Amino acid sequence: MIRTLQDLKEFQERQEERLRQQEATTRAQIFVGMGTCGIAAGAQDVYDAICDELKKRNIEDVVVAQTGCIGFCAQEPLAEVNLPGSQKVLYGHVDPEKAREIVAQHIEGGKAVSQWAVNGGGMLAEELQAEAQIVDYNEVPFFKHQVRIALRNCGVINPESLGEYTVRDGYRSLAKVLTEMTPAEVIEEIKKSGLRGRGGGGFSTGTKWDFAHKQPPGQKYIVCNADEGDPGAFMDRSILEGDPHSVVEGMAIGAYAIGANKGYVYCRAEYPIAVKRLNLAISQAKEQGLLGKNIFGTDFEFDLEVRLGAGAFVCGEETALLASIEGERGEPRLRPPYPAVSGLWGKPTIINNVETFANIAPIINKGSGWFGSIGSDNSKGTKVFALAGEINNIGLAEIPMGTTLREVIYDIGGGVPEGKRFKGAQTGGPSGGCIPAEYLDTPIDYDNLAKLGTIMGSGGLIIMAEDTCMVDLARFFLDFTQEESCGKCPPCRVGTTVMLDMLNRIVEGKGEAGDLEKLEELGKNIKAASLCGLGQTAPNPVLSTMRYFREEYEEHVRDKKCRAGVCTALFQYYIIPEKCKRCGICAKVCPVQCISGDRKTPYVIDQDLCIKCGACMEACPFDSIIKR
Amino acid sequence: MAGLAITLGSGAMTNSVAEVVDADVIFLIGSNPTEAHPVMGTQIRQARKRGAKLIVADPRVIDLAKEAVVHLQLTPGTNIALLNGMMHTIITEGLMDKHYVENQTEGFDELWDIVKDYTPEKAGEICGVDPEDIKAAARLYASGKRAPIYYCLGVTEHSSGTSGVMSISNLALLCGNVGKVGAGVNPLRGQNNVQGACDMGAIPAMYSGYQKVSDPEIRATFSKGWGVELSSNPGLTSIEAMDGAVSGDMRAIYIMGENPMLSDPNTNHVEKALRNLDFLVVQDIFLTETAELADVVLPATCFAEKEGTFTNTERRVQRVRKAVEGPGESREDWAILAEIMRRFGVDPGFNSAKEIMDEIAKLTPSFGGISYERLEQEQVQWPCPTFDHPGTPILHVGKFSRGERALFRPSPHIPSGEVPDDNYPMLLSTGRLLYHYNTPTMTGKNEELMEIEGRSFIEINPVDAAKHGLDQGGRVKVASRRGEIETEARVTQRVPEGVLFMPFHFADGAANILTSGEVDSISMTPEYKVCAVKVARASSDA
Amino acid sequence: MQMLNVTIDGQRLQVKEGTTILEACELTGVEIPTLCYLKHLAPEGSCRMCVVEVKGARDLKVSCATMCDEGMEVVTMNEKIYAWRRFIIEMLLADHHIDCFSCSDTGQCKLYQYALDYGVNEPRFKVEARDWEKDESNKFFDYDPHKCILCRRCVRVCNERQNNHTLSLNGRGIDTVVGMPFNELFIDSNCVSCGNCVSVCPTGALSTKSSKHYRAWEVTKTRTTCSYCAVGCQMDLVVKKGKVVGVEPADGHSNKGLLCVKGKFAYKFIDHPDRLTTPLIRKDGVLEPASWDEALDCVVDNLQRIKAESGPDAIAGFSSSRTTNEDNYAFMKMMRAAIGTNNVDNCARV
Repeated sequence: MIRTLQDLKEFQERQEERLRQQEATTRAQIFVGMGTCGIAAGAQDVYDAICDELKKRNIEDVVVAQTGCIGFCAQEPLAEVNLPGSQKVLYGHVDPEKAREIVAQHIEGGKAVSQWAVNGGGMLAEELQAEAQIVDYNEVPFFKHQVRIALRNCGVINPESLGEYTVRDGYRSLAKVLTEMTPAEVIEEIKKSGLRGRGGGGFSTGTKWDFAHKQPPGQKYIVCNADEGDPGAFMDRSILEGDPHSVVEGMAIGAYAIGANKGYVYCRAEYPIAVKRLNLAISQAKEQGLLGKNIFGTDFEFDLEVRLGAGAFVCGEETALLASIEGERGEPRLRPPYPAVSGLWGKPTIINNVETFANIAPIINKGSGWFGSIGSDNSKGTKVFALAGEINNIGLAEIPMGTTLREVIYDIGGGVPEGKRFKGAQTGGPSGGCIPAEYLDTPIDYDNLAKLGTIMGSGGLIIMAEDTCMVDLARFFLDFTQEESCGKCPPCRVGTTVMLDMLNRIVEGKGEAGDLEKLEELGKNIKAASLCGLGQTAPNPVLSTMRYFREEYEEHVRDKKCRAGVCTALFQYYIIPEKCKRCGICAKVCPVQCISGDRKTPYVIDQDLCIKCGACMEACPFDSIIKR
Repeated sequence: MAGLAITLGSGAMTNSVAEVVDADVIFLIGSNPTEAHPVMGTQIRQARKRGAKLIVADPRVIDLAKEAVVHLQLTPGTNIALLNGMMHTIITEGLMDKHYVENQTEGFDELWDIVKDYTPEKAGEICGVDPEDIKAAARLYASGKRAPIYYCLGVTEHSSGTSGVMSISNLALLCGNVGKVGAGVNPLRGQNNVQGACDMGAIPAMYSGYQKVSDPEIRATFSKGWGVELSSNPGLTSIEAMDGAVSGDMRAIYIMGENPMLSDPNTNHVEKALRNLDFLVVQDIFLTETAELADVVLPATCFAEKEGTFTNTERRVQRVRKAVEGPGESREDWAILAEIMRRFGVDPGFNSAKEIMDEIAKLTPSFGGISYERLEQEQVQWPCPTFDHPGTPILHVGKFSRGERALFRPSPHIPSGEVPDDNYPMLLSTGRLLYHYNTPTMTGKNEELMEIEGRSFIEINPVDAAKHGLDQGGRVKVASRRGEIETEARVTQRVPEGVLFMPFHFADGAANILTSGEVDSISMTPEYKVCAVKVARASSDA
Repeated sequence: MQMLNVTIDGQRLQVKEGTTILEACELTGVEIPTLCYLKHLAPEGSCRMCVVEVKGARDLKVSCATMCDEGMEVVTMNEKIYAWRRFIIEMLLADHHIDCFSCSDTGQCKLYQYALDYGVNEPRFKVEARDWEKDESNKFFDYDPHKCILCRRCVRVCNERQNNHTLSLNGRGIDTVVGMPFNELFIDSNCVSCGNCVSVCPTGALSTKSSKHYRAWEVTKTRTTCSYCAVGCQMDLVVKKGKVVGVEPADGHSNKGLLCVKGKFAYKFIDHPDRLTTPLIRKDGVLEPASWDEALDCVVDNLQRIKAESGPDAIAGFSSSRTTNEDNYAFMKMMRAAIGTNNVDNCARV
């Protein structure tokens, strides 16, 4: 049991000693990234292959362990090989065969397979790979521009080990606040740090805590919103899977600050690994007395429980989340009263998201001054972004606030694949808006994004290239929010449906004059009149794409054209007779047999039957087929 | 009602209906409000939702029993033993409100004298209830800061009904729960204007406002007010009058708006009484089973066709207003009565309902501040002696109607007038259904209600049903010492073994053919809730 | 209790702390359109109709859930408010089965009224109807989900006030529909037909079967007291052409806007053909119609005869705990003053 700071230090020293021993007595350590992303990419097979290969070769002095996601999803499965005394090597795109080869060459042979290493030749063009040297991770562009606070331990420690968390100064901050600071001082420190909510709202965390702190003593709650719902965003999952104790510690500190003795983590049931590791972390913390009664020998008592959500997007809205925890239908409630005054079962309740809590311990540990030195004027610290869409380095990147979009996309993200032109970036998921190419050099922070008509949101960053249709993109997001509307208030329930119907007609070529004006009017009204954040932001993707790409909308409505060639009703596949060599390949691949022709006559597509799958165009060896 | 008049000085609900929503412990005994007083039932549920804890004492698993913290499923007819057992726990565990008992009550020693014998174990044995449940209920009730007791005919309709009521009063006084907000002893009246009928002096010994006929001064006041000489002979209750009719002493009865042929116990006895009369007048809105025996039937108007007032269970006087004309030549009850008075050579003194209320106010101190003009603005609760008096939401605040102190009036357990024996081994209790109201003179005229619940039935426990070879929905013969009926079996866990329940609404298989003529010796209330019967599969049930 | 000074449309008034803007508006007589608001239920602010402008606040405020503050200045109508409310009505109408000619609620439908008030003459938008079915299984009322505007009053009354937990919300988003668990019909549910959901429905979604036979402008309402149990619920009798055709709950002390199945629906005895319409006198063993004079003479003659023969105490009277105080008083006065006996009782005990 850890009862005092001294106990914690001793615990930490024992862990460090254990790790030192391990390093001293083993030939190598291999870490396989086993977050959901890694496992989905085949990390379990890689893990098994490594163990099997070691066994076959009778190698016993190698430690094989799992870690969370390091963020470089594009390279999954990832395996790190650490030979004492030499540079760590991070292998990307590992498969069981490569894994066996790595064991053979690197472990047994002592020589890194540089051409597979992310920090070697692995990310270089084929002709350069062989020559590449293994470099420090920080030399890899993907990592080089990042500052990892929330993700500090992800992919670095074994998430199922409390010991490894303490080795990285885990629970030192909790010990510090409980033994050295008053709740008011904790809140002051968080306020001074400038930390703002990472879930989307961007409200000052310290100020929010202060509201709950100032409520009369009595039952209070602290809740972690781990109901990550934005399509393409998975930073919360990564933290819960890669560093669950950081959330537990952050919540305990928050609970102390506001005077809560009970906390809930509301997590999607679709995150089984996160739930499992979080539950494990909670039971480990309880076992060591870091949760429960008399934590660090003080009067402070804190208990934590995981509640599973059924994956309704609206439950990410804090009042709907609370309703769901209470066992009611997951629907938002009117604010005010704000949860900080009247939340769970009518008691003062603080809700922060996973990333926010993961920032707490470092702020306490290193001080608000340190945290405040990172980031821009009104946006301190870092933000984790989930890079997705038309970008080479799909993955998680934690960047200091104020980094430009260009740096994120080109330096960290490795640019748009296949040399396509960058068209825009969607931030804030379905609640956010898009940023067109002309604003690539805008530093990303809360205020600048707001000026561009979008939001930081939880950190989804979807990159669009020239072949993305902005009308279809907006329709996609609206389709999502319309589906996820809880149905409580008419503006959101009916309004999003009406807008979606109009967009569906537009992409089907049935748009009418006046539709765009109606869309704008509806969007504006839904934003103003909706009950909760879901409705208040649902029209954003439409309004923002209309703001920057209005001509594309007009083309859809007026000319019935989709310049990106995405809206299938608005273009045809066409075989240019002059270019057709009459090879017949197109007709062979056509799944609906709508292409006819023969050796003598050029092939023709029967437009009535064509399902616009594009197989013919892809198959044509002579580029004779075009969209028009 | 008589019970509370003795212990507190006023036989009425002490508190207001709406207070229940803020209660923290609610004790419900012999009352099934979700069926008999539905809007009261919903408010008890609102309270429970808010966090109030519910104690239910009822032989059946009534709907609210499922929401109760403690359900005391006692044998019918053992209320007093149960209450004594609870009081035993409260006294021995030091849970009583000593200050209140010392300063605002009398008779505690007499109470203890009797209650001391009722250990929870003994009470449990009498009631067929786990002693631990009695203790739990006692502790919970005593812990309530706002702990009202609601009871109904399940307490009063016993041969020991008045003692049962007084035992409830004892329990409430013991915990200091009389005379304060959100607490009290609250009888839920069986019918819409039971309170009003009694308030208005439609009881033998009292004029309006419970002014005693036997008091010469009061008699003189009424005599002067009405301009006639008044009899000082004690009057007879309806039960006594019926007995008189059987014996021949009672020669004429005038019945207004009642159907004793269906509502009174021991129907065969009632029929005999009515048939034996020289002259029977029935004044009603339908040709009821009773009216069919009358010499003269007078058509009256119903509540929608007249002006007037009802006094609800919480003593609130509320207006009844005329919405439609009565059918045919029907007349308002008071107008018929006024005409008869005139023909007797007595000036009725009023020409409208409003004028009657003015006379009531003049001759009845507790109604002194009530007039139709005022009722347009506010619906006050009596006592309301003057026009600037706000009415009385809570009785006995600071001082009891009875005087400075309330009275403990304990009673030992009194076995029911008729208990099961070898010949009639089962216990029958009767009551109401949600969809009907007493004799279904009114509800029975709504075809939808009759479609939902239109026929007589009897609830029987599966074990008993098996014993007698009864199937769900099968026909069953039920017999008591007084008669026999046939009805339909509903096999259900709602009733415990050995206990049967029948709604008394229906003329087919009328429960009151079976019920006993036992009455409470003080209130003369019949013992509808307990009689001994036997059941058998009906031969008509192939 | 602290009093607050507020101004509503330029009118100054004092309200108790804890008063909502909507309540304050009621005090000044300013009418605010509401759909989801219902007295005795916690405001949920979901219909978005009751917005007003509070000076100094960035957004419009829902008046049902916003508390008055000291010095608050409220404007209840301006262009912005009008446009907002109009938008809400347009949205509701876009998803509403508009058949006002055959709808029983026409004339009292709030949606209809507000559409008129806010000049929504023709719906500009339309959401495709879902394949929901009407539920006509209840004996007393019908349910048509296509006319539901999801104000949720019915669900809240059923769950929070009646506490019967019959109605719930099924589905999400545009497919949200009021119903019962597992899409049961009313007849198969635990519904006790209290009708409180019907009473609070602002449209024709929940309507009594009888309401098909009258329109709001054809009826008068008379406030009275329920004649069934002793709770004393206040209610309005709805009368068309001299006939009671419905009952609506009123906000009485003991019922606060609720009724039970009997109070709400068991009024058909009033004009039942079996009602007694003339006095009857038994002649040759059979009850025959008679005039009032004959009947009263018969009563008085017989009672006087018996009184003369056996004294007044050979006569007894049973009054009724069903009828009014006035009738009871008159009865006991008749027995004691005219007949001269104290043999008067009522059915309180039975």
